[in-house]
Amino acid sequence: MAAITSVGETPLEGPAKRPVGMQARRRRRLNLFRYVVFTVFGLFFVLPLLAMARWSLEGVKVGSWSVTAWRQIASYNSNEGIPPLISTVEITLELAVITSAVMLVLVVPTMIWIRLRVRWLARTMEFLCLLPLTIPAIVLVVGLGPIYNKIAHLSLSALMLFWVYVVLAMPYAYRALAAGLNAMDAITLSEAARSLGASWFTVIVRVIVPNMWDGILNALLLTSALVLGEFTIAFLLLYVNLQVELYSISRNTPNAGVIFSTSVAALLFAFVLLLLLSFAGRLRRGIRL
Amino acid sequence: MAVAATTRTGVRPSRAGRRPSVPSWIGTVPFFGYVGIFLLLPTGIVVWDAFKNPAGKFTLSGLTALGNAQVRGFFIGSFKLSLISALVGAVGGAILAYAIASGNPDGVIRRLYLSASGVLAQFGGVTLAFAFLVLLGPAGLLLHASWYYSFPWGITLIYAYFQIPLMVLVFLPAIDGLRIQWREASESLGSSAWQYWRYVGGPLLLPAFLGALLLLFANALSAFATIQAWEDQIAYTVPQQISTSMSSEVGLANINYADALALGMVVLVAIVMTGYALMQRRAARWLR
Repeated sequence: MAAITSVGETPLEGPAKRPVGMQARRRRRLNLFRYVVFTVFGLFFVLPLLAMARWSLEGVKVGSWSVTAWRQIASYNSNEGIPPLISTVEITLELAVITSAVMLVLVVPTMIWIRLRVRWLARTMEFLCLLPLTIPAIVLVVGLGPIYNKIAHLSLSALMLFWVYVVLAMPYAYRALAAGLNAMDAITLSEAARSLGASWFTVIVRVIVPNMWDGILNALLLTSALVLGEFTIAFLLLYVNLQVELYSISRNTPNAGVIFSTSVAALLFAFVLLLLLSFAGRLRRGIRL
Repeated sequence: MAVAATTRTGVRPSRAGRRPSVPSWIGTVPFFGYVGIFLLLPTGIVVWDAFKNPAGKFTLSGLTALGNAQVRGFFIGSFKLSLISALVGAVGGAILAYAIASGNPDGVIRRLYLSASGVLAQFGGVTLAFAFLVLLGPAGLLLHASWYYSFPWGITLIYAYFQIPLMVLVFLPAIDGLRIQWREASESLGSSAWQYWRYVGGPLLLPAFLGALLLLFANALSAFATIQAWEDQIAYTVPQQISTSMSSEVGLANINYADALALGMVVLVAIVMTGYALMQRRAARWLR
């Protein structure tokens, strides 16, 4: 094959040099294209964030700088029938923690158990975990009304939102956890542990789980990020979490600096979380090597 | 696998006399129970109540309401916004993904854009609407765009902010799957760049592209927080109208209407996502 091509090309020895020049020219054009694309999209992604950050530092006079809005995060209270800002920040952070914890306790053991002992349920579990992607939150919330009426008899706290947040976060957590679980030979590991006399509890907690920390960390991050940004369900079930609070403040006091400083703070928080987790993941991988 | 299973069950009776006959699927009951109550039950309630009137009697009036002109308007609005923002996101995201893929696979730019895409694809909602409000809105820092509040263009631009990163995440593996040898092969046969894309690269990427387009469409269809924070006075889309009918003062009389709208959305999203799954399967044939 190679011989035939080279035979076919021999008569074209003179012009055959041109492709090199064409390659170089194309490479230059491609690079130009890439830099233009990266600049344009980079600006598109960065500018709104910068604008929000700048606005959160806006003073009373247009164009002046001030950190008032950032100070207000702790003390802001608009008294328009909505709770103080900081209390909803607390509630939302607590929700993130509770949702993550419930998610782990509910999904991780079940997933490992299905992988090891009940494989015929694996497809069902995957289907159910990914199902929330096709049932939009705005649809789910309509059907949740009657269920949350019952929950409201037990407790009116916005913390009760965690019940449904676990379901919302399931697709993302499932994918992260599945990646973690698939990265090892769980069956062989568990057979080895069992043959050495380990109980199933030991197999799951001390053999499988330590091998999927990366997946678990990712699932935690995605779950927390989702809870920090959730609006639809809380808003329509009349609970006040951070996003609903920001929305309400913006309705009462348009362009209040505090909504921008809080938004930026929440974003920075999520970003730091992400960095920490990716750093932790890399650190552990380094140690394992 | 089957052998391992039988060995295990074969060994057990000698040791497991203390707990006979507890089938192993019992361990999965908490999970399936939870999903049943908080995912399947609400969905079932939506479907069930869509066929009832406020008095609890069976009726098709909720569904026939889906046919009237006003309701159709919301579905058309949703459709328009989803389609346009999916197209903008898909084309923009494909260009960006190509630019990323044609660079160094371990480079800083690639890693930066990929991790940023992972974050931004999830970054919708109230905060996003705020960010664009201060950039382009009535008091915008960059410009006071007169079209900021126009439907669907103003909101399409905002949606592009999470659609483009989502496209990058979904489409980049497909572009990475294009082998350099295919390009070389077509060039050694004398094809131009245009011919390569027309007859080789394009057809290979098309299923992945269409699949991603459908995913973006479904993504925009289900979005509510962003558009609610952008404009809460006028309902353009189905999610906004569901929200209005759930939270209005006469909400009780309207809940079955909300159910019918929600059912309409479920059907629409299910169709789109089925198409997505089919396209993914088609795309996977070449790109592995």
